[in-house]
Amino acid sequence: MNDTVKTIGLFGLVALAILFTGLSQSWNAALGILNMGLISAIMAMGVNLQWGFAGLFNVGIMGFVGLGGLATVLVSMPPVPAAWAAGGYDVWEALFVGALSLAAVILIRKRMKPGNLRALVTWVLLIAGFSIYRELFDPARDAIEKVNPALEGYLGGLGLPILLAWPVGGLLAAGAAWVIGKTALGLRSDYLAIATLGIAEIIIAIMKNEDWLARGVKNVNGLPRPLPYEIDLQADPSFVEKAASFGLDPVTASTLYVKLGYSIMFTVVLVIILFLMQRSLHSPWGRMMRAIRDNEDAARAMGKDVTRRHLQIFILGSAICGLAGAMMTTLDGQLTPGTYQPLRYTFLIWVMVIVGGSGNNLGSVLGGFLIWFLWVQVEPFGRWLMELITMGMEPGNALREHLLASAAHMRLLTMGLVMLLMLRFSPRGLLPEK
Amino acid sequence: MDILNTLVLLANFVIVPAVTYGSQLALGALGVTLIYGILRFSNFAHGDTMAFGTMVTVLVTWMLQSWGVSLGPVPTALLALPFGIAVTAGLVLWTDRVVYRFYRKQKAKPVILVIVSMGVMFVMNGLVRFIIGPDDQNFADGARFLIGAREFKEMTGLKEGLAIKASQGLTVLTAVIVVALLFWFLNHTRTGKSMRAYSDNEDLALLSGINPERVVAVTWIIVAALATVAGVLYGLDKSFKPFTYFQLLLPIFAAAIVGGLGSPLGAIAGGFVIAFSEVTITYAWKKAAAYLLPADMAPDGLLQLLAVDYKFAVSFVILVVVLLFKPTGLFKGKSV
Amino acid sequence: MVGGYGRGPDILHGVTLEVDRGEIAVIVGPNGAGKSTAMKAVFGMLNVHTGSVVFNGEDIRELTPQARVAKGMGFVPQTHNIFASMSVEENLEMGAFLRTDDYSETMEQVYDLFPILKEKRHQHAGELSGGQRQQVAVGRALMTKPQLLMLDEPTAGVSPIVMDELFDRIIEVARTGISILMVEQNARQALEIADKGYVLVQGANAHTGSGKQLLADPEVRRSFLGG
Repeated sequence: MNDTVKTIGLFGLVALAILFTGLSQSWNAALGILNMGLISAIMAMGVNLQWGFAGLFNVGIMGFVGLGGLATVLVSMPPVPAAWAAGGYDVWEALFVGALSLAAVILIRKRMKPGNLRALVTWVLLIAGFSIYRELFDPARDAIEKVNPALEGYLGGLGLPILLAWPVGGLLAAGAAWVIGKTALGLRSDYLAIATLGIAEIIIAIMKNEDWLARGVKNVNGLPRPLPYEIDLQADPSFVEKAASFGLDPVTASTLYVKLGYSIMFTVVLVIILFLMQRSLHSPWGRMMRAIRDNEDAARAMGKDVTRRHLQIFILGSAICGLAGAMMTTLDGQLTPGTYQPLRYTFLIWVMVIVGGSGNNLGSVLGGFLIWFLWVQVEPFGRWLMELITMGMEPGNALREHLLASAAHMRLLTMGLVMLLMLRFSPRGLLPEK
Repeated sequence: MDILNTLVLLANFVIVPAVTYGSQLALGALGVTLIYGILRFSNFAHGDTMAFGTMVTVLVTWMLQSWGVSLGPVPTALLALPFGIAVTAGLVLWTDRVVYRFYRKQKAKPVILVIVSMGVMFVMNGLVRFIIGPDDQNFADGARFLIGAREFKEMTGLKEGLAIKASQGLTVLTAVIVVALLFWFLNHTRTGKSMRAYSDNEDLALLSGINPERVVAVTWIIVAALATVAGVLYGLDKSFKPFTYFQLLLPIFAAAIVGGLGSPLGAIAGGFVIAFSEVTITYAWKKAAAYLLPADMAPDGLLQLLAVDYKFAVSFVILVVVLLFKPTGLFKGKSV
Repeated sequence: MVGGYGRGPDILHGVTLEVDRGEIAVIVGPNGAGKSTAMKAVFGMLNVHTGSVVFNGEDIRELTPQARVAKGMGFVPQTHNIFASMSVEENLEMGAFLRTDDYSETMEQVYDLFPILKEKRHQHAGELSGGQRQQVAVGRALMTKPQLLMLDEPTAGVSPIVMDELFDRIIEVARTGISILMVEQNARQALEIADKGYVLVQGANAHTGSGKQLLADPEVRRSFLGG
């Protein structure tokens, strides 16, 4: 009972904070926080699944989120026929050859006896595979990137509805997680951390540099939307009329309408995932996972295939992050690989999980909302604080200018402090695991 | 076939940069490996410790420059370095006191300490950005080159030039001195030996009357020095940008793990393995091939295995290969 | 002594041990009798809430193990009792860490006692054989010039020949005036060299006497010396 009151109280507090933002700043800003809060909550649940349920230490969240973003482009953008004609098939053929030679190497290493011959075959396969791959790939890539580089220069997507990209984003992330899990799970926790950190950097590097895939740092703008455009709404007389009946002007009404639409869609996803997670947490499967987390050796001794379970949960958690990543890119309406930063997309999610309470799904949701709210509001608050501190100084004072300009960097400092204080004084989080 | 020119070409574009970068990574990896050996966790804040130390040094350098202090051909930053080390040592000791010590007393699991170090990373990162901002900062002065490419060509009459930047020479020289000092300290002083003993067998070290808090404090001071030196050398060689230092975390960890976490010698070897792999794999071998092969066989492509932007991938792949085949690293580190 | 680990239940329910200068005292008993625990209690590694630990006429119950080392107690744990990655000589130096005077003489004495260590003093201790490692471990503890040396199953895992040699060394150590308190699995051999023997059963003294008395005691023989 007490727990329920606390949960409701804390969620109420966050709701009040968002409402207050709406009243004091703008409803647009409030809905913005709500939407990203929903996405953050889903990401935090994905990480909580890995860390809270299984004790897996994943610091490559950014990579999975990025893959989700990539999925939106690959699924929803219209294909670029000229680019496909220029080299689309060749690129995939090259990638196929590359994958084939890697598969051959793995097979050889599994089937052949260790020795000089195996080493030789491995190297020959690797070098030959890589040469053929580059031979096929390079001209095809150059040809694609030459096709209308200012607007296209990439293969485009499948031209399917963008909502389809959400599960696809999850699948892409799951695939990447499978590869990482196969190699790094079963190693020590620090190693998994470094491995995931590395793979995330590589995924983002690929997204930044492989222009043929999603235009790299040139960004893909104008992703299709699952919701109507504001301009169209404003042109729709019945909408304008309805807006007027609420006492809103058409421009505000249309932005609110779109944002609210996203909020509803995200909430649906959040509730589904939360429901499934709660069900699994209380199922025998969830109990087994926690048993493995709490005492791996004992679980192993009882005949549980710990590595396999870990792989399973690692893939699931990463898929959730990928899904959330696709949702986020859909919300943004553009894919900007240059903006993926580990502090924002990996470590901030960790702060959410830690603050919310690892091992508790509602905690992660709460942490997602709360930390996102702080992340957004710390900046104006920091500026206000700096104004206050520097009030006595003359305008033009170098220190004053510096302090005001630096207020934006208060965010990281605050997040770090919040995390450290939480770990120190309430290590189980706001809503601890039961 | 033109072997001499090929060698000079390789020296200029592969060996010199890789040795320089390797020295910087080795110094960084030594810091990570010492923390791992003594405090037994992977310190995610190390990149930002480097950034902090460099920042302090940059600020002091600017101050010295504004006073007109100069060391002639040697960068003024070298004069500012001791201040950078001292302030950084103060910061990490304070951090240890208010943050890490609590968990040490509790005997918290290493992974908890890793998460705590993530929090410290945030704070340090924020602090650095707050004080100096997120942009590129230039603080190098003094001579630019030890040998210029043109001088070299005139001197030797070769087609290829070899340029060695002053910062590169300085990096290698400083790294050698710092590493020699560190190993002398670890192997020949009472405190250094007690650190090794503590890293080897904590309980027995306690039984022998070694004071763990002292060992930890000395370790943090050394790590602060190593991190600051590594950061300043990297900054002089390239430039100082806080985010780059955060990204250095990956190759540094790769170096420490490849060498064997907890093994100082391994950290150095790992640093050079990573640096040489990164440079050779991202180098365009076209020109070298043109020198070595007959004219009609000269390649059309750049012969670059991977674009420079994928240098992270190199450290990562080496890391994974080593972990799969030799999980304790080349120099048998700890695998607890 | 009555006590246990941390806030856990009591493991010792009244054990009395006594060693006089230059004597060898041996604690024997069945598995789980609290032999090692009793010794750790003497060394301050668990809470003794009733009773006292007196060393040289001084009550040291409140002192930490480190402080007891400074007072002149040396302890050789059963496992992980050397610095494997350090040379033999460095192991001995670490043993003398608390000493501020010149300890080279003590080191010579240790080398005289264990000549093989002098031969291998620049080798890593981790590369030595089991018996040699035990010598390093004992040598390390001797470096503080302790008045009381405590050994936790020094012969665990070494061959019978090495065991005999180790016991000989231990007798030699005792002859230099150092008291020895030792826990042993090899009860018969240990009691043969013991001046005092303590048989513990379920965390309490069961039999006490000189080594020879215990060996001759029919009840002791029947219950766990195997007839």
